[in-house]
Amino acid sequence: MTAIKSAVNVRSQDFKANAEAMKALVADLRAKVTEAKQGGGDFARERHVGRGKLLVRERIRRLLDVGSPFLELSQLAAYGMYDGEVPSAGMVTGIGRIRGHECVIIANDPTVKGGTYYGMTVKKHVRAQEIAAENRLPCVYLVESGGANLPEQDEVFPDRDHFGRIFYNQAVMSAAGVPQIAVVHGSCTAGGAYVPAMSDESIIVRNQGTIFLGGPPLVKAATGEVVSAEELGGADVHARTSGVTDHYAMDDGHALAIARRAVGNLNRVKSHNLDVREPREPRYDPAEVYGIVPVDLKKPFEVREVIARLVDASEFDEFKQLYGTTLVCGFAHLFGYPVGLVANNGILFSESALKGAHFVELCAKRGIPLIFLQNITGFMVGKKYEAGGIAKDGAKMVTAVACAKVPKFTVLIGGSFGAGNYSMCGRGYSPRLLWMWPNARISVMGGEQAANVLATVKRDNLEAQGQSWSAKEEAAFKAPVLEQYEHQGHPYYASARLWDDGIIDPAETRMVLGLGISAALNAPIEDTTFGVFRM
Amino acid sequence: MFPKLLIANRGEIACRIVRTARRLGIPAVAVFSDADAGALHVDMADEGRWIGAADAVDSYLNVEAVLAAAEASGAAAVHPGYGFLSENAAFAAACQDRGIVFIGPPVEAIRAMGDKTAAKRIMAEAGVPTVPGSLGEDQDADRLAADADDIGYPVLIKAAAGGGGRGMRVVERAGDFAEALASARREAASAFGDDRVLLERYLARPRHVEIQVFADTHGTVVHLFERDCSVQRRHQKIIEEAPAPGVDAALRRRMGEAAVAAARAIGYVGAGTVEFLLDDDKSFYFMEMNTRLQVEHPVTEMITGHDLVEWQLRVAAGEALPCGQDDLRIDGHAFEARLYAEDPARDFLPAAGMLSHLRFPAEGAHVRIDAGVRQGETVGIHYDPMIAKLIVWDGDRDAALRRLRTALAGVQVAGVATNLDLLAAVADHPAFGSGDVDTRFIERHAADLFPETGPASGQFLALACLAVLLRRASEVAAAARASADPWSPWHSTDGWRLNDDNHHVLTFDDGGRPVDVLVHYRRGGFQLELPGADGALVAGGEMDGAGDLVADLDGSRITATVARHGDELTILCGGASHRLTVVDPAARAGEQEGPTGHLTAPMPGKVVAITAEPGTAVDRGTTLMVLEAMKMEHAVTAPADGTVTAVHYAVGEQVEEGAELLAFSVDGDAAG
Repeated sequence: MTAIKSAVNVRSQDFKANAEAMKALVADLRAKVTEAKQGGGDFARERHVGRGKLLVRERIRRLLDVGSPFLELSQLAAYGMYDGEVPSAGMVTGIGRIRGHECVIIANDPTVKGGTYYGMTVKKHVRAQEIAAENRLPCVYLVESGGANLPEQDEVFPDRDHFGRIFYNQAVMSAAGVPQIAVVHGSCTAGGAYVPAMSDESIIVRNQGTIFLGGPPLVKAATGEVVSAEELGGADVHARTSGVTDHYAMDDGHALAIARRAVGNLNRVKSHNLDVREPREPRYDPAEVYGIVPVDLKKPFEVREVIARLVDASEFDEFKQLYGTTLVCGFAHLFGYPVGLVANNGILFSESALKGAHFVELCAKRGIPLIFLQNITGFMVGKKYEAGGIAKDGAKMVTAVACAKVPKFTVLIGGSFGAGNYSMCGRGYSPRLLWMWPNARISVMGGEQAANVLATVKRDNLEAQGQSWSAKEEAAFKAPVLEQYEHQGHPYYASARLWDDGIIDPAETRMVLGLGISAALNAPIEDTTFGVFRM
Repeated sequence: MFPKLLIANRGEIACRIVRTARRLGIPAVAVFSDADAGALHVDMADEGRWIGAADAVDSYLNVEAVLAAAEASGAAAVHPGYGFLSENAAFAAACQDRGIVFIGPPVEAIRAMGDKTAAKRIMAEAGVPTVPGSLGEDQDADRLAADADDIGYPVLIKAAAGGGGRGMRVVERAGDFAEALASARREAASAFGDDRVLLERYLARPRHVEIQVFADTHGTVVHLFERDCSVQRRHQKIIEEAPAPGVDAALRRRMGEAAVAAARAIGYVGAGTVEFLLDDDKSFYFMEMNTRLQVEHPVTEMITGHDLVEWQLRVAAGEALPCGQDDLRIDGHAFEARLYAEDPARDFLPAAGMLSHLRFPAEGAHVRIDAGVRQGETVGIHYDPMIAKLIVWDGDRDAALRRLRTALAGVQVAGVATNLDLLAAVADHPAFGSGDVDTRFIERHAADLFPETGPASGQFLALACLAVLLRRASEVAAAARASADPWSPWHSTDGWRLNDDNHHVLTFDDGGRPVDVLVHYRRGGFQLELPGADGALVAGGEMDGAGDLVADLDGSRITATVARHGDELTILCGGASHRLTVVDPAARAGEQEGPTGHLTAPMPGKVVAITAEPGTAVDRGTTLMVLEAMKMEHAVTAPADGTVTAVHYAVGEQVEEGAELLAFSVDGDAAG
C-alpha cells in the first residue's frame, strides 16, 4: 500500500496555535464529562452507597471484563437541558465486553431524579437499543428507575419513539436473535416491569429490587390493599413464586456476577468475512491532529493529514486521486480491518459527488466498512453548477450512501452543513455510530451564510419598498442569527439532544472507530440493493 | 546379593531406596496405586507395578497385591520402607511363606515390639528402664481411668498397636480422660484395626532421644549412636539431629548398651530404633522400638558415613555387618528438617493440592534433599503429606545449624501451604541454637514460632497486583489469538474509557483480612494506591521467559516469582514469601441464590462420626460431625445456635474440601 507523506510542520506557529486551541476544547470536554459522571450529586450518591448499593458506573465496572474498554454513548445527553438537573439524562449506556462478548449496556442512574425517564432518557435508551439491534449485540439492562418522569409525560409517553418503544424494541430485538439480560437493582414499576419480564434472563437483588405493574400507593388507592413494596414485588416473590425473575442475588455484586455468567452461556460466535491483517500504528502521532485542524472552520486543512494519523501505518490507497479532488476517497486498514474512507477536502462539486457515489458502491459491493470524515460547507451553488446537474449528482451520492448496507461510521471533524451532511452520511443516514470532534459544528448552513441569506432577503425587501438599511442595522440584524447558529450548532447542544453518539477527543478517533467496527462485525454484512440513480 | 528388589512403598523413602539399589546394581521394582501413576518413585525405578486403588488399604497396605507384584516381577526381596507394611508381622510372615526375603527383622521381633504393652514388659524383664504406666490388660474404660489416677496426671494414652502419634492423647486432668480415651480409640481402630490402648506417665520436660541399632544374622549387634527428635508438633517429629546436644560419651554408652540389650532380648536382626525418653536428670526410659528404618535415618548416615539401606540389604542377604562397634564413630553434626504440606493458618491441617512451584537448594557435600514429589505434582489426601526432607551436615553443631538455616531459605514452595516458616523459625530460635530442646519445645515457644502473620508489605501487594494484571492480559491475548477477530481493540486490557480515566479495585484475602488495591490504568502501566500508603506507586512489568515477574516499582527493578494455584498466589521475593488469595467478584455467581445456612468440609477427608441428626436444635459450638484426614480428626461444629436441617454424608464417606456436609438453619434467620 501507499503511505501518506505528511507535510505538516509541527514547529509552525499555526500548528502550535491550533494545538493549544484544540487542547483547551478537549480539556473542557473532559471537565464536562467528569461533571456529568457525578450523577445526582454527593448527597444522592452517599445515600445510595449507604444502602449497600453500588453506583451505576461501579455496577458497569463489575459487569465488564477486567481492564476491557467501555465505549460510552451519549455521555453529555441532556447537557444544559432540564435546568441542568439530569446529567447524562440519568442513564449510562455504552458498548462493553462481558466474557469476551461485545454487549450494549443500558443502566439507569438512580441518583439522578430516581432514575426517572425524561425525554432525552427515552431517546438515549432507544438509541442504545438501536445500536444493539443493528450490530446484533447482546443487551444488558441494569434497572433501577422510577419509570416515566410524570411532569415530563408529554415528552416521554405518547409518541412513537417514546417509552413504549423500549418494550417494542425488546420484543423485536429478541425475535431477531439479540439476547437480553436484565438485572433488577431497584424499582421496576409499571411499564418498567416489562424490562425484566421481556428479557431472556433476569436477576433480582434481595431487599433491593422490586417489580410490579402498580406500586403500593397505587394498589392502596385502587383496591385499599396495604402492602409493602417487598411483599408486592421483591426478590422472594419473583424468584420463588411468580417466576418473573430467574435468579435471586444477595446484593449488587452477586447479581452482576450472575449476569456475567448468563452472558457466558449465550453461545455466540463472532465471525466475519473481512480480510483482516495485523494492525500497525500510524506513522504519525494521532495527537498531531490537534495542530492540523484549525478551530476556525473557515480555514481549510488537508484531510489526508488527518487520515495519515488515523489509519494503519498511515497507508492509504487513493481512488480517483485526480478526479473530483474536493472529496478524498480510498482504501486503508484501521486496527487491521479494511475500510473505505470518504473525506471532505473542500466544497462538493458534481465530480466529487460522482466519485463519492462510485466509491461507496465499490465498498458496498466488496463488503468494506465505510468511514466518513465530514468537514463540509455544502455543494457548490451557481448557475453553471445547477445547469451542470449538481442536484442529480448530489442525489446519486445521497442514494449510494443511504442504500449502502456495509457498516458506516461518521465523524464530524469540522463543519457539517446543509446537503453535504446528507451525502456524507449524517445522522439521518443511520451510520452505525456518529461522533463529533469538539471543534465541529452542525447546522443547516453556516451561521454566517444563514445570517447573510436572511440579511440579503431583508435588504431586498427593504430596497423594494424604497427604504435604506445601514451597515450598522444589518450587523444588528445578523448578530442574533449568528449567535443562534453558534449556540445550536455547538457539539454540546448537539450531543445533549442525541444528534450524535458522543463528542470524542480527536486523538482517540482511531480507537473509537476500531471499537465500533469490531462491534459491528457481530452482525453479518448484508448485500446492498441500490435505488434508482438519476443519470 | 538379591537379583531384584521390590520396594513396597512410595514417596521419598521409595526414591531413597532406589538410589542405594541402583548404586549396588540391584534392579528396583516400584509399586504404585491409582493416585501415584507417574509419581517420581515410579519414574526412578527400573520397573513399576500397579497394585490397586488410591486408598492405601487397597494398595500399599494390601499384602496380597504387593506380594503378587513381587512374584510377577521376579523380585527376590521386598523392602517395606517405613510406615505401610513395614511393621506388619503378617506381611513379613507372608513373605517368608512365599520365599521372598523381607528386608527387616524376624517376624517374632516385629510381633514382640508391635504390641506396645508386650514390648514394655519384655524390656522391663531385660533390665531396660521403662516409664511408669499401665499396660492396659483390662481395657474397661473405668479401669483405665483408675489406672490413670494411680500413674498420676498428666497421663499419655497410646494405641497399643500403633506408633507415629496416631491414637495418642495427652490428658492433663481426670475430667478430660473419658473423651480423650474415646477419641484415641477411634483413631487407633481406624489406623490399626485395634482400639486397645496403654497408659503411661507423661514426663514434664522429656527429650526424645533414640538409638539406631543394627544386628546381623551372625550374632553381631551394634548401635550407631543417638538421634535427638525432641522437636515435635502433635507427636510428629519435624526437626531431628545427630548427635543429640548435651549427651556426653558416658550417657551415650549407657543408652547404646541399653538399646543393644533391648535388641538382643528379642533376637533382633536388621535396622531398628530404640526410642527413649531422656529426663533432665539423664535418666532414660524405654518408649518403644521401631522395627524398621526411621524417617530420620539420614542424620545417622551423615555422621557415620554409612548407608543404612545398604546395611539392611547386606544383612538381609545374610552378610555380616560391615563393621563392629569399635569401628563406628561420630563425624560432625547433622540436622534433618521435614517439609510437610500442612496449613499453619488452619491449625496445621494437612493440605492437599498441586505443587505449582517447587524449588530446593542445590545438593552437595553439606546438603542432601530426599524428596518424593516434583513441581507440578499433587500432594494428595490419601497419604502422608510430606514433601521432602532437607538434611544438612557440617563439622560441628553451630556450623551445621547455619547450613540448615541457609538450606531452608533456599526452599520455595507454592500451591500448597507448608510448615516451611515453622521450620525456619525453629532453626532460628535461640533455645534451639543452644540445644535446649524437649518434646514440648514447640508448645513452649509457640509465641515465637507462630508469629501472628503480618499483612503483606506494599511491595508484595504491588507484585501480586502486577501478576494478576499481567496474567489477565496474557489470558486475553491468548483468547484473542484463538478468535475470529484477533486484532480487535476490544481485546485490549488497558482499561480504556471514552474521555475519562479508569481504575479497577483488586481485592485480596490476606490471611483472612480483605485488602483492596486501587489500580489506575496509565499509559504503559499502572498506578497503585496501596492501603496505608501515601501517594500512589507507579508499577509496570512483564513476565520473563522463565515465568518470573520482572517488575518496575517506582523506578526500581525487582524480580519475583509469583506462583499461582487457582485463586491463590504465593509471592516469593528476596527469600521471603507471602500468600494472598485473589478475590474474584465474578466467582460470586456460584454463590447460593437466596439465604440459607450450610456447613462445608474445611479439608478433604473421611466422615468418621455424625453426632447430630436432622431436626436437632443445637447450641453454638456443638460438634455435629467428625472428619478424619490423614492423621487428624477435625470436628465440624455449629456456627451459631440453630437447627441441623439435613445431613448430606454418611459415616465412612469421603468428602472433598468445600463440600456441603450439613444444612444448618441459624436461629432467628428465617430461611426465606
